[in-house]
Amino acid sequence: MIEFADRNPRFRDGEGSTGMLGRLLRALHVDGVLLAALVLVAGVGLVALYSASGENMAMVLRQATRLAIAFGALLVVAQIPPRVLYRAAPWLFWLGILLLGAVLAAGDVGKGAQRWLDLGIIRFQPSEIMKLAMPMMVAWLAFSRPLPVDLGRVAICGALIALTAVLIAAQPDLGTALLVAAAGFFALFLAGLRWRIMIGLAVLGTALTPVLWHFMHGYQRQRVLMFLNPEQDPLGAGYHIIQSKIAIGSGGLFGKGWLNGTQSQLEFLPERSTDFIFAVFAEEFGLLGLLALLATYLFIIGRGLWIAANAQDTFGRLLGGSLALTFFVYVFVNAGMVSGLLPVVGVPLPLFSYGGTAMVTLLAGFGILMSIHTHRKLISY
Amino acid sequence: MAKTWLTNPQAERALFLGRALFAVVVVLVLTGGLVAQLVALQVGQHAHYATLSDGNRMRIEPLAPTRGLIFDRNGVLLAGNEPSFTLEIVPEQVTDIPATLAALGELIEIREQDLARFNRQLLRQRRFHAVPVRFQLSDEEASAFAVNRHLFPGVDIRATLARRYPFGAIGVHAIGYMSAISEADLAQVDAARYSGTTHYGKSGVELAYESVLHGAVGFRQVETNVQGRVLRVVEYSPPTPGNDLHLTLDIEVQLAAERALGDRAGAIVALDPRNGDVLALVSRPGFDPNAFVDGIDATAYGALERNPRRPLFNRALRGRYPPGSTVKPVLALAADAFRTELARRSVWCEGYFQLPGIDRRFRDWRREGHGRVDLHRAVVESCDVYFYELSLELGIDRMHEFLTAAGFGVRTGIDLKGELAGLMPSREWKRNTMNQGWFHGETLIVGIGQGYMLSTPMQLAQTAALFANRGHAYRPRIVAPIDAAPERVAPLIPERVGDWRRTIQGMTDVVHGAAGTARAIAPRGEGAYTIAGKTGTAQVFTLAQDDDRSVDRPQLPEHLRDHALFIAFAPVESPRIAIAVIVEHGGGGSDIAAPVARTVLDAWIKRGQP
Repeated sequence: MIEFADRNPRFRDGEGSTGMLGRLLRALHVDGVLLAALVLVAGVGLVALYSASGENMAMVLRQATRLAIAFGALLVVAQIPPRVLYRAAPWLFWLGILLLGAVLAAGDVGKGAQRWLDLGIIRFQPSEIMKLAMPMMVAWLAFSRPLPVDLGRVAICGALIALTAVLIAAQPDLGTALLVAAAGFFALFLAGLRWRIMIGLAVLGTALTPVLWHFMHGYQRQRVLMFLNPEQDPLGAGYHIIQSKIAIGSGGLFGKGWLNGTQSQLEFLPERSTDFIFAVFAEEFGLLGLLALLATYLFIIGRGLWIAANAQDTFGRLLGGSLALTFFVYVFVNAGMVSGLLPVVGVPLPLFSYGGTAMVTLLAGFGILMSIHTHRKLISY
Repeated sequence: MAKTWLTNPQAERALFLGRALFAVVVVLVLTGGLVAQLVALQVGQHAHYATLSDGNRMRIEPLAPTRGLIFDRNGVLLAGNEPSFTLEIVPEQVTDIPATLAALGELIEIREQDLARFNRQLLRQRRFHAVPVRFQLSDEEASAFAVNRHLFPGVDIRATLARRYPFGAIGVHAIGYMSAISEADLAQVDAARYSGTTHYGKSGVELAYESVLHGAVGFRQVETNVQGRVLRVVEYSPPTPGNDLHLTLDIEVQLAAERALGDRAGAIVALDPRNGDVLALVSRPGFDPNAFVDGIDATAYGALERNPRRPLFNRALRGRYPPGSTVKPVLALAADAFRTELARRSVWCEGYFQLPGIDRRFRDWRREGHGRVDLHRAVVESCDVYFYELSLELGIDRMHEFLTAAGFGVRTGIDLKGELAGLMPSREWKRNTMNQGWFHGETLIVGIGQGYMLSTPMQLAQTAALFANRGHAYRPRIVAPIDAAPERVAPLIPERVGDWRRTIQGMTDVVHGAAGTARAIAPRGEGAYTIAGKTGTAQVFTLAQDDDRSVDRPQLPEHLRDHALFIAFAPVESPRIAIAVIVEHGGGGSDIAAPVARTVLDAWIKRGQP
C-alpha cells in the first residue's frame, strides 16, 4: 500500500488559530481564510446578480440556494481524506469516461448540444465530473513513480487528456473540453513535464490549428471569426462584444453605481446575468471595483497554491495546484472574453454567473483543497 | 502493489515549488494584460464609450433586403414587390405602449391579430428595433397618421415593399405565399439575418427557395439623440437583394389547366418528360395569397381552414388517392417484363372473376363483360378481369417490386416542401401495420389500383413521364438550376425497348383506338398529334362487389361519387409533356378527367415550344 512518505516537517506550523472558531473550523476540516474569500466573492456576486437580473429577487434567491448547496458540497468533500481521493481517482476517472460515452450515445439535447445525462431523478453533465477527475487521474499516475514524470507516463497522461477532451468537445462543448484539458495539463506541468515537450506541443498545436478549424462547428468558427473582427457582424454574434465593451468602458474609474448601469438596466447587454455578468459589475462598480474583485480572485488562487505547496504528499500537491490554476483559467477566460481580449467561449465567471451545476463542481474542488490542507495533522499525530 | 521506488521528498517539493513559481508569474502577467485592457476601456476610452452609452446613443438599424422576384419560364412575373406603408413602433421611445396603441386605433384600424402579432414580436426584439403594428396602410390611413404624427413620438410610417401576386389564386399551390414572420420561422433561420425582415415564405416556391429569395440583411449605424431621432449615419452597409427565380412553370399552361378544372376540386400536374420541368401544378380550389401578405383577418382565415373543400390543402403534392385503372399500363408492362404466361394468351371476360373455392365475385366495370381479351385489348378497354388474372400470376411481391420501381408509394423528390408519398402495399407493410397476413383477394384489387394503394397526382405525373421516356425520368423541378443537368432517377426494369411496344400501343389506342376509353379526346384535323393515356376511376364509396342490384352511380350524392383520373403523355413518339389529372368526385375518368387533360396538352403543344 501507499506510504505517505513525504513527511514535511513544516506541516505542523499550519494555522495556529485557537479559540472557538478555530476549533470549529478544524473539526469541519475547513480552511477559514480560503472559505472567507470564497464567501466574500459569492456575496458580491449575489449583489451584482440582483442588478443584472433587473432586480429580480426570485432569481437571486434561486442563486443563493444553489450557492448554499455548492458550499454544502464543499463541506462534504472536505471531510474526505486525500488518501481516499487517491484510491478513488482511477475509478472516478473511468466512470466519468463511461458516462461521457453514454451521453454521446443517448444524451438529452439541451440548447442544441448533448451534454446532459438524464437519470430519471436528476440530470447532470458528466463533463462536470471530469473537471475534478481529470487532475486527480494525472496526479494519481504521476504519484506512482518518482518525479519528474518520465516520458512513458507523460504519454499515458497525454492520451487520457486527449481522449477526455475529444469526448467532451464532441458533445459539443468546446469551453468545458478546454478547461478539463487545462486541469490535466496543469497537474502534468506541476509534476515536472519537460520544457522541451511543452515547446514541442506548442509548435505542434500551432501546426494543427487548421485541422482543428476543420472539425469546428459552424457557430464555433463564427465565434473565432467574430472575435477577430467583432464589428463585421454587429447584428448577430458581434453584438455581445460591442455592447459588453460599451458597458465596461462607460463604467469608468468609479462606475455608475449599483443598479445604475444603463447598458445593463436598459437590456442592451445580452446574457447579462450569466456569461456577461462581469460587464454589469464593471459598468456599475468601475475599474476600482474590478481591481478589488480581481485581487480577491488572485488571493483565492494564491491561497490554493500555498495549500498545494504545503501538502503532505505529491498527490495532494499536484491535485491542489492544478485546481488552483484551473480556477484562474475560469476567471481569466471569462473576464478576457467579456472585455474583448479573448473569443466568446461560454465560460461562466466563477461564483458570479447565474447557473448551478458548474458552481457545485467548482466548490467541490475547493473542498478537495481544504481536505488536502486540513488532513495533514491528523495523519502525523 | 508495494512502492519500490525511492522518492526524494525534498527534491519533489523543490520541483513543485519551481513550477508553481513559474505558474504564478504567468498568472500575474496574464492578469496584468487583463488589467491593461480594462484600464484601456475604462480610463483610456471611457469618454468614447460613455458617449455611446448615454445621451447620444449609437443605434444599429437593420436594413431588410429586397426579396427576389419570381417569373415563369417565359419571364412573366408571378410574384413581385409593390411599395406599401407599414406602421411601426420603436418600443424604447414609447413610454406607454398600450395607451399609444389605443390612440393609434382611433386613426388607423388595428385588428385583433395585428395586436397579437405585435405583442409577440415586442417580447422577442431588442427594444430599439422597430416593431411593425400594421402592414399595407391605405393612402387615407397613411395621411391621417402623417397629420397627427407629432402626437406619437416613437411611432412612424415606413415605406416598404410588399409581396404581390398578380395572378392571385392561379398557381398559388406552386408559387406559395408569404405572411408575417413567426417565431417558428425564426427558429429555422439565423434570426440576425432576418433583423428587419417582416415576412417569410410559407409554402410553395416562396418557402422552398426562401434562402435564395431573401437576400442578405444590411445595416446602418446611426447616432441618435435622446428622443431617438437620427442625427447622423456613422456607417452604412447596404443590404444585398435576394435572387430572382425563373420557374419551369408556364403560366399559360397553368391558366389553361386551372380553367379546365374550373369549379371542381382536383389536381393537375404536367411535366416535361425530357428534363423533369414542372409545366403546371394545379390544386383547386385555391386561395388568394395577397390576403396573407396584408395580414389575413382571423375570420377569413378560419373560413379558409374550415371550408370542407379545403382550399389550403395542396392536393397535387399531398392528396392521396387510389390510382384506379391508371395502374394498369404499369402492370401490362410488368406482364411483358416478367415474361408471364398470360402476356402470350387471352382470357375470356364474362363480367366477373372468382378465386377458386371462394364464392365472392370480383366484378368488371362492364357488367356484360369484354369477351375475349388479350393484353392490348385489356389496356385499351380497361378490362378488370384480365388484370385480376394477371395479378394472380404476378403475385403481390413482384407487383410491389415493379410498381415501386415505377414510382408508386415513393416521393418524386420535387424541389418543394411537404410532398407526401403514396402507399404501395406489400406483405411486409401489412404485417407491420395491421399484423395480418396478405390475402389473395387483396392482390386482385391492387391489380385495378384499389384497396390500400394510394397515389399523389405528383407521383402519377412522374409515372406518366417514366412511360413517355420508356423507362427513365428526371427528378421533377420547379426551379431549374442554371449550372446543373436534370437529375435522372433510377430506370424502370424493362430496359429493352421491345417490352414497351405493346403497352404503349395499348395506351395510344386508349385515345386513338375505336374502342378506347378516352377516344373522345383524340385530336383531329390540322395540328393533330398523338396521345398515349389511361383513364381511371377511383372508388370513394365501395359498392359490394357481388351486389346484383344495378346502381346508377351518377345519382349518388356528390361526396360519394368516384374520383376521375387520367394520365397521359404526348406526342407518343417524341413526348414533350406528361400529365396526371384528378377530378375529385368527378365520376368516370373518360368523361371528366380526359377532356381536362386534353386542354392542358393542347396548351403546351400548340404553344410550339421546342
